[in-house]
Amino acid sequence: MSSKVIHALYNDDEVVLKAVKKVKAAHHHIEEVFCPFPVHGLDKAMGLAPTRIAIASFMYGLVGLSIAIWLTWYTMINDWPQDIGGKPNSTWFANMPAFVPIMFEMTVFFAAHLMVITFYLRSRIWPFKEAENPDPRTTDDHFLMEIPVGEDEEELTELLKETGAVEIKVVEVEDTHDH
Amino acid sequence: MSHYEAPIREPLILGEKSYHDITEDIARPIEGKANKNWYIAFYISLAAMLWGFGCIFYTVGTGIGVWGLNKNIGWAWDITNFVWWVGIGHAGTLISAVLLLFRQKWRMAINRSAEAMTIFAVFQAGLFPIIHMGRPWNGYWVLPIPNQFGPLWVNFNSPLLWDVFAISTYLSVSLVFWWTGLLPDFATIRDRAVKPFQKKIYALVSFGWSGRAKDWQRFEEVSLVLAGLATPLVLSVHTIVSMDFATSINPGWHSTIFPPYFVAGAIFSGFAMVQTLLGVMRKVTNLESYITRLHIEYMNVVIILTGGIVAIAYSTEFFIAWYTGSPYEDYTYLSLGAEGGPYGWAFWSLLIFNIFIPQFLWFKKVRRSFIWSFLISIAINIGMWFERFDIIAIVLSKGHLPSTWWRFEPTFVDVGIFIGTIGFFFVLFLLYARTFPVIPTAEVKTILKSSGENYKKLRDTNHE
Repeated sequence: MSSKVIHALYNDDEVVLKAVKKVKAAHHHIEEVFCPFPVHGLDKAMGLAPTRIAIASFMYGLVGLSIAIWLTWYTMINDWPQDIGGKPNSTWFANMPAFVPIMFEMTVFFAAHLMVITFYLRSRIWPFKEAENPDPRTTDDHFLMEIPVGEDEEELTELLKETGAVEIKVVEVEDTHDH
Repeated sequence: MSHYEAPIREPLILGEKSYHDITEDIARPIEGKANKNWYIAFYISLAAMLWGFGCIFYTVGTGIGVWGLNKNIGWAWDITNFVWWVGIGHAGTLISAVLLLFRQKWRMAINRSAEAMTIFAVFQAGLFPIIHMGRPWNGYWVLPIPNQFGPLWVNFNSPLLWDVFAISTYLSVSLVFWWTGLLPDFATIRDRAVKPFQKKIYALVSFGWSGRAKDWQRFEEVSLVLAGLATPLVLSVHTIVSMDFATSINPGWHSTIFPPYFVAGAIFSGFAMVQTLLGVMRKVTNLESYITRLHIEYMNVVIILTGGIVAIAYSTEFFIAWYTGSPYEDYTYLSLGAEGGPYGWAFWSLLIFNIFIPQFLWFKKVRRSFIWSFLISIAINIGMWFERFDIIAIVLSKGHLPSTWWRFEPTFVDVGIFIGTIGFFFVLFLLYARTFPVIPTAEVKTILKSSGENYKKLRDTNHE
């Protein structure tokens, strides 16, 4: 089954932001906006939920910290305690000051890497992934708004022209996307 | 009105530029052919690199006895070079992370190259401890993994092991920070490419970046959080490097001011190296509209500040060495004994290159001059190398007994490996300058309307 979408191209970030607000106000669903650079306020205007990736990063950091604590305890206190420079090794806590650098580094290591991996997976970007922007100009100086269209094709085209679109195309798409 | 910026601020992008012009300007060095100067620089660097590799193979094949080490000075040029390269690596993350948190727009023109420099410099730094192991194939022994010795683990009390964790975290986090920022710009090159092979390569490295609104939302959040994580990380790395010395019980090393002083010195030398590289790059790649006098001046201001911190640290070390009245302190690297001793020339090189010459940057004319900034940055690079050499070689050259008084003389292998890493560094940087978008294209576009010369002019005339 296929359906129709409108691709409206804009060549200015302020114009596209106003256009998004106008299209939203007219109660149309905006499927996607492809941009060459981040446009501030666009996510809010489109009604996108705030990202929770920073919270995820905090959790990953806690995981890293726990692993560092376990690793230093297991190797230095539990498995083979040694007298190194007279540093106390009977309890993990007494030896803890020497482990602070390791705890810090592993917290950062886990928080940073797992967050970036989460970002790549959630945004579906990885090596050998095919790009999905419909027009190559959207990585240069054009902004592309994608709106699904049914009966109201002419009315919508009229509205988009009013918002300052420089190019409007109606495209048939296969319903294969998975989100 | 969302792009307002005070008229008093100088523009960061010169000339009449549009979004498309920015793409064109930054893609040009990648799509065009290299000129003769590039090839000359590349072959010289390549020759130096190969010579260095030869010296490394000789060292590994014969043993580190081929270096000028002796029973007292068990590490000299290798650790000097290690600390020097790690220090240089600090500016990249400082520019991209700390300046991002402080919302400094001028960082955008230089952060890509500064981060590239960081990664390439940390590569060089990482070589030295591995070569110094003598048996680099046993390098994995520094990792906390179960091994053939039974339950014998690495020593987590040791600053040398902290270094392993700090440097590898720093290198890998810097790398993903850099690459994530590169994705949209690689996508720009991919979508412009006309040659099929080029298109394939950039499609691969851009990871299929499409620039959806949600992607950009996450991208900005990830950049911010990575900057927040990288800021304490960059400070921790040189803190831990300084602890290699500061936790030992050795006059001249056992010093509580080492961590902040090393961090300031690292930023000082890192900015000097950025200045050296960008001074050349802006010319070679015709990016003078993006890397302006203002950028050079701002970097010089950071150099004056961190150079001042370093100067205060030197004075403190010198004063304390004298004030203790201890004969052992009288031959630390900043003391009267060092000044009058056989390493007096190294002592004075340190003060002249690192403290005296950078003072010229107090003059606005010098600070805004490309050629003077370049020359002073070279002096600082040399001075910071001497700082590490003095800390290591002078301090170790006189032990507590006259029988432990030895001098260090580098052999051709010591020198060769150092020159080799400089060559390797420039090989990587020159290749980078030809294949990577050297200025963050997408980010610079976000400041065009607020800080572009034509937009600023337009706005200022409209207001009056």
